[in-house]
Amino acid sequence: MDADGSVSDESGRRRRVHGMLKLYYGLNEDGKAPELQSLDPCDINGPHFDPELYLNKLRRECSLSELMDHETCMVKQIRSLDSDMQTLVYENYNKFISATDTIRKMKNDFKKMEDEMDCLSANMAAITDFSASISSTLQDQHAQITKLSGVHTLLRKLQFLFELPARLNKCLELQAYAQAVSSHRRARCVLQQYSHLPSFKGIQDDCNAIMEKLAQELRQKFRDGGTSAKDLSECVELMLQLDEPAEELCDKFLSHARSRLELDLQGLEAEIKPYPPPPAPKEAATRRSSSSTAAGSPSDNSPKTLSLPSPTPNTDILEFIDRGCNEFVSSLCLVITSYQELFINHAQTGELASKNIPQMANGKLQAFVDDLAARYFSLVERRIQEEKGVGDNSLLVRALDRFHRRLQAVAKLLPGSAVPNRGTEIVIRAATERVKQYLSALQSFYMDSLTDVRQALATPRLSVAGAGVHLGGPAAGRDAPSSLPELLSSLSASILNQIKSVLASVHLFTAKDITFSNKPYFKGEFCSQGVRENLVVNFIRFVCQSSRQFCESAGDKGGSTPPALLLLLSRLCLDFETSTISYILTLTDEQFLVQTGHLFQHQNPITPVTALCGEAREAAQKLLNHYVKVQGLIISQMLRKSVETRDWVNTIEPRNVRAVMKRVVEDTTSIDVQVGLLYEEGVRKAHSSDSSKRTFSVYSSSRQQPRYAASYTPSAPMDTNLLSNIHKLFSERIDIFSSVEFNKVSVMTGIIKISLKTFLECVRLRTFGRYGLQQIQVDCHYLQMYLWRFVSDENLVHFLLDEIVGSAAHRCLDPSPMEQSVIEVICERG
Amino acid sequence: MEDDAPVIYGLEFQARALTAQTAETDAIRFLVGTQSLKFDNQIHIIDFDDENNIINKNVLLHQAGEIWHIAASPADKAVLTTCYNKTSDSRVVSCAAVWRMPSNWDSESHESPDDSAHNPQTLELLCHLDDSAHRNAACVLWEPMGNGKRVISLADNHALLWDLQESSTQATVSSTATLEGKGQLKFTSGKWSPHHNCSQLATANDTTIRGWDLRTMSQIYCIENAHGQLVRDLDFNPNRQYYLASCGDDCKVKFWDVRNVQEPVKVLEEHSHWVWSVRYNHSHDQLVLTASSDSRLILSNMVSISSEPFGHLVDDEELSEGEDNHQEDKSKEPLKDSVVSTYEEHEDSVYAAEWSSADPWLFASLSYDGRLVINRVPRALKYRILL
Repeated sequence: MDADGSVSDESGRRRRVHGMLKLYYGLNEDGKAPELQSLDPCDINGPHFDPELYLNKLRRECSLSELMDHETCMVKQIRSLDSDMQTLVYENYNKFISATDTIRKMKNDFKKMEDEMDCLSANMAAITDFSASISSTLQDQHAQITKLSGVHTLLRKLQFLFELPARLNKCLELQAYAQAVSSHRRARCVLQQYSHLPSFKGIQDDCNAIMEKLAQELRQKFRDGGTSAKDLSECVELMLQLDEPAEELCDKFLSHARSRLELDLQGLEAEIKPYPPPPAPKEAATRRSSSSTAAGSPSDNSPKTLSLPSPTPNTDILEFIDRGCNEFVSSLCLVITSYQELFINHAQTGELASKNIPQMANGKLQAFVDDLAARYFSLVERRIQEEKGVGDNSLLVRALDRFHRRLQAVAKLLPGSAVPNRGTEIVIRAATERVKQYLSALQSFYMDSLTDVRQALATPRLSVAGAGVHLGGPAAGRDAPSSLPELLSSLSASILNQIKSVLASVHLFTAKDITFSNKPYFKGEFCSQGVRENLVVNFIRFVCQSSRQFCESAGDKGGSTPPALLLLLSRLCLDFETSTISYILTLTDEQFLVQTGHLFQHQNPITPVTALCGEAREAAQKLLNHYVKVQGLIISQMLRKSVETRDWVNTIEPRNVRAVMKRVVEDTTSIDVQVGLLYEEGVRKAHSSDSSKRTFSVYSSSRQQPRYAASYTPSAPMDTNLLSNIHKLFSERIDIFSSVEFNKVSVMTGIIKISLKTFLECVRLRTFGRYGLQQIQVDCHYLQMYLWRFVSDENLVHFLLDEIVGSAAHRCLDPSPMEQSVIEVICERG
Repeated sequence: MEDDAPVIYGLEFQARALTAQTAETDAIRFLVGTQSLKFDNQIHIIDFDDENNIINKNVLLHQAGEIWHIAASPADKAVLTTCYNKTSDSRVVSCAAVWRMPSNWDSESHESPDDSAHNPQTLELLCHLDDSAHRNAACVLWEPMGNGKRVISLADNHALLWDLQESSTQATVSSTATLEGKGQLKFTSGKWSPHHNCSQLATANDTTIRGWDLRTMSQIYCIENAHGQLVRDLDFNPNRQYYLASCGDDCKVKFWDVRNVQEPVKVLEEHSHWVWSVRYNHSHDQLVLTASSDSRLILSNMVSISSEPFGHLVDDEELSEGEDNHQEDKSKEPLKDSVVSTYEEHEDSVYAAEWSSADPWLFASLSYDGRLVINRVPRALKYRILL
């Protein structure tokens, strides 16, 4: 049956079968469900099924064919129900049979087991009886054994006590102090407790005597000081255990440590240059002796002669600091550790804690460390001060770094100590000192470079064209290998390089791997004030100032400073203004991370780039003005002498341009070349086509004409007013010694203005004969031919030369001017 | 307070020599000497009518030659000295002489200018200040506030002290001082100190300023390299005996305390070319006038080194002209050293500037083209000084 139906059919049927079985046995799973379903009398599966009603209903509702179908369906269902019933009955029957078999079998087995259980209980009762009898027999002996074992331990303790003096003696002989002390410690309490008994009293006395001896010996050993630090600390530990006064021990320990550290310091001192004998060693010596007497330590037998060490070759600072770190600082650390181990940490746990020993010990340690560190620092500072050379900064920085790093160990050991801070201060001082040295080195470098430049300028072969002309070798000067621009570029390059290398050196102070570089000072103030302001800005200022001094100290004669140098420096300052300063400062700010913004709030605001540039520009302007003045004066002087020393009344007819004019033109040309080497051309007004050929009229100044025509016509005030207004229309006021612009034309204009104005004033102070005037005409024409090209506005030259010729004509006794054509011939001839 | 416009007067000749008529204390009067090689030179007597702002002028002939320097006697209004160049036989000789103006020189002053121009009167020569040994006089100095009997002439490297006798018609050299040294030394300028009983003289040669004691005719101080180049002019502070102003070709005006000649007390660098003349105001020594060949005249107020560094403290009754009522002791802020004004009326180099001897607030300047400009101290400053 399981096999033929589909799964759903099977399960459905089975449920139905089971449902009916349950119904049969009065079981229902759902409780109220049957009642709910069974209300319909027409439900064929319900309990209230009424066949009559059902049939009537069917008959009423269904047709014949439906009835027929229904009937067949009903028959089918009835049949299947019958077969199900049969199957169920069969199954149940089988199960009944097997159950009956099992029950029968169980009945037999239980009977056998009952017998065995009885036997077991009998045996157990027998065992209990035996056990009770044994324990009752053994009870007496057990108590006796316990008592005996107690006696045995007591006897062993007593034996230890009696043997203690001998044992201690033996330990003393073998120098096994630790063992002796621990033994004694174990016995001490007992002995103390039973000291009223005479025998124990004797033992205690013996022990005490021995321990006294031992303590004596320990002290001796402690004083001798020859032992290692480890031995020493062991020694101290034992003595502490022996109730030695801790304070005294601290002092002794420290004074002992001091004597050894003193040796280290003396070794360091010996490395510093012994002369001149500084007061420090003496002072240190006295302090040392006083401190040692105060500590009452006889161990200070270091002879005073040691304080005057034999001159040793000066080691470099890194070695020195290394030695200081390895010898002094490390032993100091060792001392601090062992001291703390002994007196502070140890004491805190032990019974000594109550006596305020840690505080006392700590105070002593602080004082001790401060004192010694102060001396160490003074030595280090002295040594650092000897580092004058600025050659290798990395050595110093590394030394300082090591110095600082090692002090961190002390800082870790002694958290409250001022030592690391003072160490940092030393580093800061050393750094600022070093920056100062760099500044002065830069300054002297700059001055040296200037001296070199001066020498290069003074050396005839290397000099620029200007000097070359004077010496008659115009070409040689120009082609000289070291010309002005090269000098300038080499000068500025070397300055820049120097600054860069100095910055690089100084930068070591703030390198990441340097321990002190993250201190606030090195992060902030050192960068902004130390490096930027004190080093870079000061140097730039120095350059500007020293340049300006050339304008002042040289006086108005301009004798001491060669003009070329003035020109060079002016260009240098101008270059500083345009690029170098901002470059250097940007470099500095980048390298040293100077915060330009918020530092303005500080009390030391940093100098802005613009201010420095302004200074540089001012210096450049001043230098260039001074250059113009000096060069103008040189030419003026020639012209003045030539006018003043000649008898212009009795002179011969001009056949040549005077040599001095040629010289003026030559000099002007060479100055032009010189300036052109360093400065740009500049703007000039357009030239007229015949600039060099312009004709001079002796009476070119319009205002002078009427005076000759109508003499003795006194002009009323109104007339001159009108006249002056007319003049103003034609001529602009010319400032002679005025500021020039940074270009060649402006410089040349300045020089020529000065020269020609001097010429004019000198001419006005002289009286001329006919040929004198003609000579001036020739000279002026010659100047006109050559000078116009140098200036920004040739009308200026025209105007001044007109004035000169006009003034000469005025000052002439016999003003008969030369033919223009003749003048031109003379000038063209040379 | 509008300042009066400057008054300009034009000469038809070029001119360098200007002086105030020292002895005249009522009228504002200046003397100008012309430079002409071809025509007779003149001395223009310029009278300035302060009230009407009008110039009246008279011309006297100075036929001896072109005038390089002029100085008026402090005692006699009519007496003056000139240094002039005489050309003869293609030679130029520098001379110095004492002249007297004709007594009726101003009789024609109210006639038409044409008439006076056509008939100028001639100066009367009193005496020459030359002897054969000493020629080339650069300038002649009257004894300040003296009786008009003593003059000093500077000729080449000699300083000659002359005594004028018999109404200045006779001049005798009473003592001389000679500048010794290398090269051709030549006095360029000098000033007779009004202090120390008029016993001191300051001279300039090249870049050096020297002080002389006239009693012994010996040098008492020497300022080497007082200026970078030629020293052009000197003036003594009228109220502070050791203070001296100098100017020169380095465009600077320097103020010296002759007791310490190492460093100038003060330096002015306002001009852009040589400074030819420096003049202290006669009564208010903070006012300093400088004339330069940059065609400018500059009036500076040098309060810090004046005799009244904290403003006006005492009454200057003899100087104040109707200003007495305003004189009260007021506490004022001291003025700072400053350029008061730059006068640009000139077109050519200004070689001379002088304060009026009659009106302390008025001055004249002369440029080479013959233009004389009369200016006043700005009123604002004037009242600040006075009140």
